[in-house]
Amino acid sequence: MNIPAELKYTASHEWARPETDGSVTVGITNHAQELLGDMVFVELPETGRTLAAGEETCVLESVKAAADVYAPVAGRVVAVNDALVSAPEQINQDAYAAWLFRLAPDDAADLGKLLDAAAYRAVIDAGQS
Amino acid sequence: MSKPTVLNAAHRALNARMIDFGGWEMPVNYGSQIEEHHAVRRDCGMFDISHMCAVALRGPDARPFLSRLLANSVEKLQAPGKALYSPMLNETGGVIDDLIVCRFSDEDFHMVVNAGTAGKDLAWMSACRAARGYDVTLAPLREGSAAVGMIAVQGPNARARVWQALPETRRATETLPPFFGVRIGDLFIATTGYTGEDGFEITLPAARAEALWSALLAAGVRPCGLGARDTLRLEAGMNLYGQDMDETVSPLDAGLERYVELASGRDFIGRAALLAQERRVSFLGLKLLDKGVLRAHQKVFTPEGEGEITSGTFSPTLGASIAFARLPRAARINTVVQVDIRGKRLPARIVPLPFVRHGKALV
Repeated sequence: MNIPAELKYTASHEWARPETDGSVTVGITNHAQELLGDMVFVELPETGRTLAAGEETCVLESVKAAADVYAPVAGRVVAVNDALVSAPEQINQDAYAAWLFRLAPDDAADLGKLLDAAAYRAVIDAGQS
Repeated sequence: MSKPTVLNAAHRALNARMIDFGGWEMPVNYGSQIEEHHAVRRDCGMFDISHMCAVALRGPDARPFLSRLLANSVEKLQAPGKALYSPMLNETGGVIDDLIVCRFSDEDFHMVVNAGTAGKDLAWMSACRAARGYDVTLAPLREGSAAVGMIAVQGPNARARVWQALPETRRATETLPPFFGVRIGDLFIATTGYTGEDGFEITLPAARAEALWSALLAAGVRPCGLGARDTLRLEAGMNLYGQDMDETVSPLDAGLERYVELASGRDFIGRAALLAQERRVSFLGLKLLDKGVLRAHQKVFTPEGEGEITSGTFSPTLGASIAFARLPRAARINTVVQVDIRGKRLPARIVPLPFVRHGKALV
């Protein structure tokens, strides 16, 4: 199972990576893209939008299903990965490279409340039993 | 606990993603369902369809029994090997299942029914047989030495690849027209499918299924899962039982009118109910004009009233989302309607079915 140790995770299958400039990059996990299958549309949030932790942020549509992406921490959207709009399959090819958006977190300490790789693995294992 | 088909190990060896379908553990894809879809439209793909249930019907009353049982007429099956698609109805005109039946003689038919409905289908057929004392045996080809595996090979190059893997079948199948079946030794090969492409559905003894799968792989046939099977059948305008029709839905409201033979006055089960019903809906296609994906149960708003999507997906061939919908009877082709997708209303055009046939977009 591909769960990079250096990232943080949510039980709703987002990954989050703190950047050196203090922002947080967000995407969906490899497990999530496997469950969804071939991605066909990505609807990204608007830059500047303020999000509460756990708020519905954007929508991914695969051939099989639509999935909401939730904000891992509270913050403001400072960048989105526009390249995904014309090439949503990048999420299937490499879910950890195909980031969705970047947040300026309200409180950097909130990242500490997210799951580490081992805890996220346990979430997946529990879901499959 | 879902049951494995005879090809389960072959799917696992190919790293298939497995899901439960109709009580069977089936591959949904082997990586990318969109690439599998394109392989069938452009070249050749294969599907494990061993979850479906083949039934041998034999006996002096086989023909009158099927004539009573099915909404479509087996009297249409004159040439030996000719196959027929038919809904099987209950007394209220609802669809118990849809199936294909192939006639070798008036006393010898081969039927294939859906996986998830096989148990109730056989119970229903037995009850109908008993009700009128038909002299016919119903033998599901599931157990012991009678057990079969089934592989569908579909696509413009399907025949050539099958002949590579099974050279002995070439002569008997070279000129086989669509919707015919032929027995070759212990193989049964039919020019049927669920994709809108040319191809064969091959039925063979279960013990030989894995060897055929391997030979087809070696011949360059791409394994395809239920994901691609669903987008292919939707593009081809083919219904899925349980989604586009069920026991509460008339075949006339599910786009199956041309598979219901009413003209001859033949007394089939469900006929009286169908004649007594008022037609309320049209079963038509939708093509989404915006970004998004149409899904089952989304509401459709037309100038003539509301309708509902029964099946929807993203069409890899068209690069747009497509759906089947039950719409008000007065709804017209080419009208632009609105579909409620997750709280947003997006425009879609009403189109005739199918969307794609033999690799070509029709809408």
